[in-house]
Amino acid sequence: MNDLRIDVSHLPTYAFGHRSLMWWGVAALMAIEGTIFALLITMYLYLKSRALEWPPGFFAPMLLWGTVNTAVLILSAVPNHLAKRAAERQDLRGLRWWLGVSIGVALVFCGVRVLEFRTLNVWWDSNAYGSIVWTLLGFHTTHLITDVIDSLALETLLFTGPMDESHFVDAAENAIYWDFVVIAWVPLYALIYLAPRLA
Amino acid sequence: MTPPYDQSGDGLSNAEIEQLTDTWREPPGLVGWLSAVDHKTIGLRFIVTAFTFFVLAGLLAAAMRVQLARPDNDVLGPDLYNQVFTIHGTTMMFLFAVPVVLGIGIYFVPLMVGARAIAFPRLLAFSYWMYLASGLFLYTMFGLNVGPDRGWFSYVPLAGPEYGVGKRADVWAQLVTFTETSGLGVAVCLVVTIFKLRAPGMSLNRMPLFVWAELVTAFMVIFSMPSVFLASGTLIMDRLVGTHFYNHAEGGDPLLWQHLFWFFAHPEVYIIFLPGNGLVSTIVSTFSGRPAFGYTALVLSLVSTGFIGFGVWVHHMFTTGLPQFGVSFFTAASLMIVVPTGLQVFCWVATLWSGHVRFATPMLYALGFFQVFVLGGLTGVMLASVPLDAQLHDTFFVVAHFHYVLIGGSLFPLLGGLVYWFPKVTGRMLDERLGRVVFWLFVVGFNVTFFPQHLLGLMGMPRRVYTYPAEMRWGTLNLLSSLGAAIMFVALSLYLWNIVRALRHGTPAPGNPWQASTLEWATTSPPPPYNFAPLPTVSNREPLWSASWPDQPIITGLATDRREVLVTRLMDADPDHRREFPAPSPWPFITAVAATGLYVGSIFTPWAVLWGAIPTTLGVLGWVWPRHGQRPSDLARALGGAGTEQRRS
Amino acid sequence: MMPVDYQSALHPAGPQAASIAQLWWFMLAVCVVVYGLVMATLVAAVFRAHAVRQAQAERSLTRTVTTATALTTVALFGILVASVRTGRAVGPPDGPVDPLGVEVTGYQWWWDVEYQSPSPPNTVRTANELHVPVGRPVRILLAATDVIHSLWIPNLHGKMDLIPGRRTELWLQADTPGVYRGQCAEFCGLQHAHMALTVVVESPAAFEQWYAAQKQPARPSSTTQTQHGEQLVTRGPCALCHSVRGTDAGGRPGPDLTHLQSRRTLAAGTLPNARQPLEIWITDPQHVKPGVKMPPVGLSTEERAAVVAYLETLR
Repeated sequence: MNDLRIDVSHLPTYAFGHRSLMWWGVAALMAIEGTIFALLITMYLYLKSRALEWPPGFFAPMLLWGTVNTAVLILSAVPNHLAKRAAERQDLRGLRWWLGVSIGVALVFCGVRVLEFRTLNVWWDSNAYGSIVWTLLGFHTTHLITDVIDSLALETLLFTGPMDESHFVDAAENAIYWDFVVIAWVPLYALIYLAPRLA
Repeated sequence: MTPPYDQSGDGLSNAEIEQLTDTWREPPGLVGWLSAVDHKTIGLRFIVTAFTFFVLAGLLAAAMRVQLARPDNDVLGPDLYNQVFTIHGTTMMFLFAVPVVLGIGIYFVPLMVGARAIAFPRLLAFSYWMYLASGLFLYTMFGLNVGPDRGWFSYVPLAGPEYGVGKRADVWAQLVTFTETSGLGVAVCLVVTIFKLRAPGMSLNRMPLFVWAELVTAFMVIFSMPSVFLASGTLIMDRLVGTHFYNHAEGGDPLLWQHLFWFFAHPEVYIIFLPGNGLVSTIVSTFSGRPAFGYTALVLSLVSTGFIGFGVWVHHMFTTGLPQFGVSFFTAASLMIVVPTGLQVFCWVATLWSGHVRFATPMLYALGFFQVFVLGGLTGVMLASVPLDAQLHDTFFVVAHFHYVLIGGSLFPLLGGLVYWFPKVTGRMLDERLGRVVFWLFVVGFNVTFFPQHLLGLMGMPRRVYTYPAEMRWGTLNLLSSLGAAIMFVALSLYLWNIVRALRHGTPAPGNPWQASTLEWATTSPPPPYNFAPLPTVSNREPLWSASWPDQPIITGLATDRREVLVTRLMDADPDHRREFPAPSPWPFITAVAATGLYVGSIFTPWAVLWGAIPTTLGVLGWVWPRHGQRPSDLARALGGAGTEQRRS
Repeated sequence: MMPVDYQSALHPAGPQAASIAQLWWFMLAVCVVVYGLVMATLVAAVFRAHAVRQAQAERSLTRTVTTATALTTVALFGILVASVRTGRAVGPPDGPVDPLGVEVTGYQWWWDVEYQSPSPPNTVRTANELHVPVGRPVRILLAATDVIHSLWIPNLHGKMDLIPGRRTELWLQADTPGVYRGQCAEFCGLQHAHMALTVVVESPAAFEQWYAAQKQPARPSSTTQTQHGEQLVTRGPCALCHSVRGTDAGGRPGPDLTHLQSRRTLAAGTLPNARQPLEIWITDPQHVKPGVKMPPVGLSTEERAAVVAYLETLR
């Protein structure tokens, strides 16, 4: 029998940032997805190293839509960041607004992404180059779509409830994950659009 | 040393204990069974399912040994034999070895770190259902004569669209996708549990070595499984939608497959080995009566093995004609990885040297580990040499090597670990005498099976051959190997018998029958649904051996009417906040069913990805959507509108 | 019967295999010593009388463990050096050499062997058998058309893979005359187990004789039966896959049959080369080697006799 007790009942029931379990879950997800992206990039460079001509027998993807979309994505970081701040302040109104704007920008991005696919100038089954380019772009797009669905679900919840403080944490984590989707795009853009143009 | 709490729970009233039990126990009935989220339940499911697959794969191995016992044998024709060896390897690697080591982590890590639960319990449940689905899928297809037959590493172009006709290779590829999904889910749960749910006072340098092993293993899963996920995904794409990743005529490369696969598969063998490594530390320490010698060295060895393990994969490709200079680097790395493992062996021997050794069955298995694994490690050193590997690669020498390291490094510790932890899980002791007989039969049978295979490889016998001509004079050694397999079969049957008998008639087990030092022994056998009441704290590495254990502070203040878990800080495990964990839920099961439909359908048509995504998304939404009728938080009350009106009863 | 050591890495018949065998014995010796020491220490540790732990004992153990680890590192480094040196010794030669050039192409489940020649019309092309003169370096260029195979002649060298879309090569030399066996060492499908290669190492004179004979086209048939057989083989379905130099048969997907009778085995080492196995093979190849690409051709008894008679003239 002992009398030494540590009473934890005064501790809060949620926490932001790396104090929260969800942060670590998202971090692990980013590690997994990041590894997949890194491997896809390596595959691209590997196949390129074995080719005499790159792209082999095709034009490089049209620059326009990819560049437009990169700009859209980088801009999307702004409402995303504001949404994150609102979540950390537990400002429900602000969060509802900025998350909504982020979703809107993401949907624009998805629309332009369709145009990107249409102007890649190669099919996935044309050759290995086409295969890796479509896979790279396709994988990033899958992330986008799942993030949009995820954000829509969260936005709905912010209106319908039931919600509590931990959902602000979820919103903040969601914003971090969007940052990851944006940052992951930069090397992919360089690879898909710029690398074939370098002599 | 008696734990400071008994069944009634020190510091908690009986009413509170009753409420705690009610809060944490698994719901009854079929729906309850499908909704389970308790790490002990799911951990046990992983272990039992894994051993079921072990038995199936073992029967396939027995079939192979019967076929190879005599030259020009016709028990199994080439088509069936190729399926059998492929499914044996695939089952052992994907459906047994990894799930079982993750499974013991799922069961014991939360207990060893003093937590009530594992992080993300529903993700864990989902991971189990995906794992179960994958195994059912593989064996159903095998039963329908669509079993994969291209080897467990499924090289292209043999597994590609042109030469891998039919759906067999797709079944293999999708099995991999299933098991990777499952493994990644478990790895995330383990990492977050170990980082954030440890008992106060358990700083990182006070964590049990087994927990360190599971932590490094989980990290390896996170960084290696994406590679095989990509490999299998691109293989299906080549076969289904006409991509050309591996088609050399259109710029692809068969060696790309090998790089992607082995970048995963080499870390995979360390994923399989490291938990066994952690078990050896545990068993050697307990049965020497002293802490493992060289804690810091052992931890650093685990971590460095984890890192270096990612840098050796090309040693599986030494005969593909890659440039000499490049491959020599991989020889160096493959030799370098021996250093931390060697250091661990020396530390364990030092522990035994300076301790008082008790020869209980778990300890016998640890000694068997040394005999078998060290031999396998040494043949690994031989294989690390490029010119020597040029002779030994793809022969029975390699088959011998990897069975020595995998069975020695993982199965021996596992069999010992099961005997060790059986009392904790079931509340009964296994028969010690039978246990020893089984051990000796197994270690002798193992060596008789696999040692001759080293010689067969040197004598020119390649692997994956369904038969061989009599004039090669390989018959005698093959027969000897097959007899050894029969001995192993008897041993493992008796091991199973020991378990079955003990479940009914075994001696009831006390809380800490082995006088071990780690936290799982501080609670009842089996543990209550809430693991500990109240939660413990620690102030050194071997809590139950410490003189101050009875005076160790306990945690109070966690709610008993809901599943409240204490979240602590990463480095020193200081209490940080309380988190309400989810109640049991059927949504992980429902989502797994939907995802299974997606995965299975997508080997037949790419549209299955789209159609399957819809129910899967709905499943996930059902899973994450907050429940109505939960207690409203302060925020919800303050908000008034959103969040409080759903409070029904 | 073949000697027991004719597909064995432990009976080297050439410098490359000998270097590797030497490395093997060195590493085996090191590993046996290390294993013995570790096991002995383990046994001693386990059966030691109960010892009381002291700080001094801990320090002494630390020293021992550190020393053992350091020695391990040194030993591994020594092994690395030995390995790299052996690798250089068995690789392509440094100075100028005059190798015998051979192209080996792997198919499911046979070996196409073609000797490089400056005058293509008289190229020597055979299957599942390789002849090399004693003491001369041989440079084997490897290619695969379907899946990955691996050429392994353990008495002469380690193995090298044949990978579709890539070219690899194997340099070897045979110093001891004899007949050796090689086998495919990369799982290549249904009949991977039956893809062997006979390697005949002979004196330079004997080799030249064999080579000169192989360069000749097939002799024309003289009897009615063999002429009938020749017609069936060179103008029938066989010619879609097989070639017989000097006739109309020029198929590439299957082995060249011009000097079929000069080979010791049939079906890549699956059957001995004699009349009855030959009959069985052409009548029902699927029974001998299930899954093989050669279909049964549906010959009448008389036709089969004619075909066999013709094939027996292809010496």
